[in-house]
Amino acid sequence: MKVELRNIHKRFGKVHASNDIALTIPAGTIQGILGENGAGKSTLMKILSGFIQADSGEILLDDRQVSIKSPADAIQLGIGMLHQDPLDFPPMRLVDNFLLGHAGGLFPNHKEVAWDIQKLNAQFGFALDPEAYVDSLTVGERQQLEILRLLWLGARVLILDEPTTGISASQKTKLFETLRKLAEQGKTIIFVSHKLEDVDVLCHKVAVLTAGKLMGEMNPPFDQKKLVELMFGKEISLGERYSAAAEGATLTLRDLAVEDARLQLSNVNLELRAGEVVGLAGMEGSGQGLFIRACCGLLRPVHGKVTLNHLDLTGKSYHVYKQNGATFLPASRMEEGLVPGLTLTEHFILAEETQGVFINQERGLVLAEERIRSFNIRGTPTSVVESLSGGNQQRALLALLRTPLSLILLEHPTRGLDIESAIYIWGKLKERCKQGSSIVFASSDLEELLQYSDRVIVFYSGKSTPPLDARSLTAGKLGELIGGAGWDEWETEQSA
Amino acid sequence: MDNVILIGLAGVLAAAAPVLFAVVGETITERAGVINLSLNGTILLSAMSGFAAAYKTQSLLVGFLVGMLVGAIVAFVVAFGSIALRQSQVAIGFVLALTARDLAYFLGVPYMNVPGPTLPGLPLPLLKDIPVLGTLFFRQNAITYLSFLLILAAWIWLFRTRPGLMLQGVGERPAAAFVRGANVNRLRYLYTIIGGAIAGLAGPAYTLSIKPGWMGTQTGLDGVGWIALAITIFGGWNPWRGALGAYLFALLQWLGLVLQPNLPNIPSQVLQVAPFPLMILTLLLVNVGDAEWVQRWLASMPDKTRRLAVKALRAMRASPPAALGTTFERD
Repeated sequence: MKVELRNIHKRFGKVHASNDIALTIPAGTIQGILGENGAGKSTLMKILSGFIQADSGEILLDDRQVSIKSPADAIQLGIGMLHQDPLDFPPMRLVDNFLLGHAGGLFPNHKEVAWDIQKLNAQFGFALDPEAYVDSLTVGERQQLEILRLLWLGARVLILDEPTTGISASQKTKLFETLRKLAEQGKTIIFVSHKLEDVDVLCHKVAVLTAGKLMGEMNPPFDQKKLVELMFGKEISLGERYSAAAEGATLTLRDLAVEDARLQLSNVNLELRAGEVVGLAGMEGSGQGLFIRACCGLLRPVHGKVTLNHLDLTGKSYHVYKQNGATFLPASRMEEGLVPGLTLTEHFILAEETQGVFINQERGLVLAEERIRSFNIRGTPTSVVESLSGGNQQRALLALLRTPLSLILLEHPTRGLDIESAIYIWGKLKERCKQGSSIVFASSDLEELLQYSDRVIVFYSGKSTPPLDARSLTAGKLGELIGGAGWDEWETEQSA
Repeated sequence: MDNVILIGLAGVLAAAAPVLFAVVGETITERAGVINLSLNGTILLSAMSGFAAAYKTQSLLVGFLVGMLVGAIVAFVVAFGSIALRQSQVAIGFVLALTARDLAYFLGVPYMNVPGPTLPGLPLPLLKDIPVLGTLFFRQNAITYLSFLLILAAWIWLFRTRPGLMLQGVGERPAAAFVRGANVNRLRYLYTIIGGAIAGLAGPAYTLSIKPGWMGTQTGLDGVGWIALAITIFGGWNPWRGALGAYLFALLQWLGLVLQPNLPNIPSQVLQVAPFPLMILTLLLVNVGDAEWVQRWLASMPDKTRRLAVKALRAMRASPPAALGTTFERD
């Protein structure tokens, strides 16, 4: 279906989130919408999917003007949106997720729907069990579920909002394959992203948004430099990779074994040098989480020894690790890292050493202003943390870290951030390395792993490689290992 | 002797009916994402007004309808305050629980200790002669039969129908329900009021049937609503399990009465209070599956046993509707 947007305007107070957007997308096209965080991509897509209404402007589907007042209207017209966090019902079964909101008689026919799911499964090579519960699925599988559901409801235009965030490399390949197949069937795909490399391999056409305005459109082959220039109004480069690793071990793991209800990780050895960066690669839930939590006392090892700064801390609590200079920044910033409802100033006060019972507001304010400046946080000392964008929340988390630190553990440090913020975050982290902090981070972004790590440990369903030199690795090799191929070398070693 | 126990158990089924109305009503309301904390006040006010209406009109039906109307009105206040005015559901519900209770005592003075109509027994022909089951289930009165039917109806509605699925969705993830075409706030009004009306049956079920008459503070209904709220949680927001909880509670209370003469060493207060800690203990057992040590212990089991155990624990586990107590705004 052909989608045409004409002169779309939308304002939120002073912010002009969509400024005179005009865009035509022919049927069978994969259209990329590129832009940094807050560029107005989401607003535009919410207008198209009926979540919000434009202040003015027209939407035409197959040259016919339509008015989309709600997401239900949108799907009736054939427009379906896959949200970054799929809008499904985790405690329910897949069939119920399909049925919910589907028109029909009082008593739905579960069997028929389960059969439909199986047919769609076969068409796209998915393996979704209709009777399974959604909370047992990975993010990638939940996306597959939503895509099938929208197609089942008759979607001919599919909008995907940052779909490659939080899914594995192989799931991404699968997703792209599916999207190409849908485009071939004549469906229109709108792919919203801030990741150049995704847009590069997938899209037939790219539109770049900056500050609510459509800066330009490009056809392949895409000139990456030019796209970045359009996005940021300037050139941005990743910078040279360099290592700040020095002599002397910060963290030593000996024959470590950890486990939780689902996974067992054993035989892990690592000697982390001061200033070194070790990246943890692998599909979500392959053991990286266990590893990181075992490194800071959040998970008690079943076996083995953990030494931090030459102190045996095996079996000690996170508090003891923290006193010895370790810190952990978890993936879920708002849930585990920051306190919603508290301002930046209050966060900085909380993170400082406690002195007496009463809060020194003035000192907190001075501290906050200084950190906001030095970490380039877009916010004021009195902003509550949930009002900040993802990138600024991550900056705030980094600004909360004490000095000196000997070990920083991070999960997905730049997930959901645009390139500029990501580079900034890593600049700050590398500064720490120069001061002697060691970093261990988990990421699903291969580029990030290769660019910033000195060594990489790959995880695959509870197995782990020894630390591999990042310079000797390629994205292809890393991708293979993450997918479970090419492990023979270490398997024979382990069994011997 | 058998007969005595059987009749006692039939009494338990009847005595549990009002609690059951309150639990099923609250279950429906909370499934939509609204906490109606006013249950205790609702029960007392509907008990008084239901009795008063039946006394004045000499019609039992009017009595029960007025009870439902009172429940619906109180629930409407909760819904209006939390949806339209965006106030805390907990605060509104709590204040209403106290207000409605005192209102019942105050307005009920003229009807204290006057003889009113009582619901007659209604043994069902043929069915009542089935051994054991007949005595247990089919020699009850109309309102107890209604309580049986309600469990079934609520369960079918929630888990087997399209609108029921949407009801679950609204309480679980309103944004996702909205995307699927639900008018979230209208459904929340609707189910809060329906849940309130069902809970409003609890009051007249006491004053017109189980504990006939209105005796002011001596009526002895204060507290039932709070227990019903706890049973809703214990019941995992499922009508069957909620009903089981209501019956368990009525059974424990009955045992307290029956055992009293046989256990003279135990102070009677202990037996009266025992049902409450026992309910809490059950609640703990139901949710034990989430504990880390249980998870680890499960992981060490052989595959077949583990799958069975996980299934059993999954069936017992009760997680509240994820959006319970929150307001919904479309962006």
